[in-house]
Amino acid sequence: MRPVRVLIAKPGLDGHDRGAKVVARALRDAGMEVIYTGIRQTPAQIAATALQEDVDVVGLSSLSGAHRTLFPRVVECLRERGLEDVLVVGGGIVPAGDVPALKAAGVAEVFGPGTSTSVVVEYIRSELEKRRKAG
Amino acid sequence: MAEGTGKAETAAPGAELAAARQRWEEQVLARVLKRFPERQPSFTTISGLPLERVYTPEHTGGLDYLGDVGFPGQYPFTRGVQPTMYRGRYWTMRQYAGYGSAEETNRRFCYLLEQGQTGLSVAFDLPTQVGYDSDHPLAEGEVGRVGVAIDSVEDMDALFAGIPLGRVSTSMTINAPTAVLLAMYQVVGEEQGVEPARLQGTVQNDILKEYVARGTYIFPPGPSLRLVTDVIEYCSRHLPDWNSISISGYHMREAGCTAVQEVAFTLADAICYVEAARERGLAVDSFAPRLSFFFNCHIDFLEEVAKFRAARRLWARIMKERFGAKDPRSLMLRFHTQTAGCSLTAQQPENNVVRVGLQALAAVLGGTQSLHTNSMDEALALPSEKAVRTALRTQQIIAYESGVASTVDPLAGSYCIESLTSRIEEEAADYIRRIDEMGGAVRAIEMGFVQKEIHEAAYRYQMEVERKERIVVGVNAFQEEEEPPAGLLEVDPVVAERQRARLERLRAHRDHDACRRALDELERAARGTANLVPPVLEAVRVRCTLGEVCDTLRRVFGEYRAPGEI
Repeated sequence: MRPVRVLIAKPGLDGHDRGAKVVARALRDAGMEVIYTGIRQTPAQIAATALQEDVDVVGLSSLSGAHRTLFPRVVECLRERGLEDVLVVGGGIVPAGDVPALKAAGVAEVFGPGTSTSVVVEYIRSELEKRRKAG
Repeated sequence: MAEGTGKAETAAPGAELAAARQRWEEQVLARVLKRFPERQPSFTTISGLPLERVYTPEHTGGLDYLGDVGFPGQYPFTRGVQPTMYRGRYWTMRQYAGYGSAEETNRRFCYLLEQGQTGLSVAFDLPTQVGYDSDHPLAEGEVGRVGVAIDSVEDMDALFAGIPLGRVSTSMTINAPTAVLLAMYQVVGEEQGVEPARLQGTVQNDILKEYVARGTYIFPPGPSLRLVTDVIEYCSRHLPDWNSISISGYHMREAGCTAVQEVAFTLADAICYVEAARERGLAVDSFAPRLSFFFNCHIDFLEEVAKFRAARRLWARIMKERFGAKDPRSLMLRFHTQTAGCSLTAQQPENNVVRVGLQALAAVLGGTQSLHTNSMDEALALPSEKAVRTALRTQQIIAYESGVASTVDPLAGSYCIESLTSRIEEEAADYIRRIDEMGGAVRAIEMGFVQKEIHEAAYRYQMEVERKERIVVGVNAFQEEEEPPAGLLEVDPVVAERQRARLERLRAHRDHDACRRALDELERAARGTANLVPPVLEAVRVRCTLGEVCDTLRRVFGEYRAPGEI
């Protein structure tokens, strides 16, 4: 089986990428193939990269409060490109109250501040496994 | 000094101490260690500097009091930049604030001034920080989110309604479009009847750290450096009481660098700015007194106190020895401090009040000139009014109740603090030497050196936390089930619509020819070598928007794209 491929992306104008980079490196250390978009990506650019890189997972990071607008927009753009199966997760400064709306929009899980990277690795592994069995 | 033992008269003082330490280790310590082993084999600061079991005069033996420590207000300024420090006047309590529209932020400013805050500090939203108007497609979802949206002089005017610019000092966290926002502030001042020479405050204007942390750059490093220098030059001539740059380590620390790296990378950037201004033909003493700095204060108390003292001493030496500055004010590292946002936890947010209290105390013991204390809810959202008040009260309790402000640099002479101060200075100087060898800060950034060092440190720290080698209370120890906190600040999405409507009105009612002429003139100036502040000033005066001014400069300078490497 090919290794899990993950796109870590920073949508919007927020340049705080410490968390995104740390998660990217931890996923790589866990044996996944990780592509990082760099900062200031539009949802359309992120979806285009996800298609081109044929990823299983898109991890979104935002600390500016723009997640409410931008995370659902990324999911829409992925769908427009036929990438319904891609697992979308998010992280950053996301108040708990915003999570239900993000999940309703198609973000599978949101990891809050203080989450251990091993939790993220485990989640991705088990979620993809579940989906493989189901699909 | 310990009592002599009889042998002391013949032995050197250092030998006497070494012998006493050896006896203590053999006769006292060894027995205790055998019965009660220490918690871990070695101890280090958060940044990885070794911490000794106990510090003695042996650790400060190489220190020359007059040469290395000296008196406050005197070279090398280790003990502080003023002779009396807080005995004369407390530090400026300056809470960073901004969200939503100019009117909402104005209300927060007035509230903070009523609560006893002594200076204003403006947080701009991300579109403003990267030079887009609120109706730009890339501004979607970001308008008014992490700061206030400012598109034109009209917004700036609303931001300071009822606040006399001649009497308040204002700090603006703005970098790539500094010239534009400073120009807007100057125009608002003029329209209030305040001459530029009476304006007091600071613009961050530190673009280099944006390329390695925080990311709100617009142009490539070359033209960015020109704009920074234009502002420094303009302020030195027209805004004599304005701090034309605040060279910032804060964001690099938030991005994960160590205390040593924070000092090193900040001062390396500062060296680059001084060199750029000198190449412009400015004499060092004509602008250096208005350089200011901005540091983070993290949770490792001893290391942080030492860090500030080390930074001050190192900068004084650099300015004197490397740049030949003569004016004592050129040698003083004056700095604003913000407590560490990255140290705050979303878990058990009340604990953050304690973290911020410790950090603020370290900043005060380190001799800061100005302080922002973070609010307990900042790992979750923008601070609520109540949380901001507690953060401000934290500073007031340190100032008015704790007594630490009654004497200057009270931790000086502590074997531990002096030893850590020297260690941080040495290691930071070593980094600066390496950066010099690479060709300076811009080259080091272009090569990705600084970014890589920061990323390594961030990853190392995260792994230490995950292995529980570093305990973060409520996160990897002492956890508990919690309800999500209530009362978080929410930014009304209506702000963006209102802001767009306001832009439309502005564009319909202004003098179009005057705007066209001003932007053409700016473009001509940008293609040449003239100082860009005067044409920017003219453009904003006739109500050109931030986006229009920045687009004009984008056409000439191009935009910077960082490589997305990890």
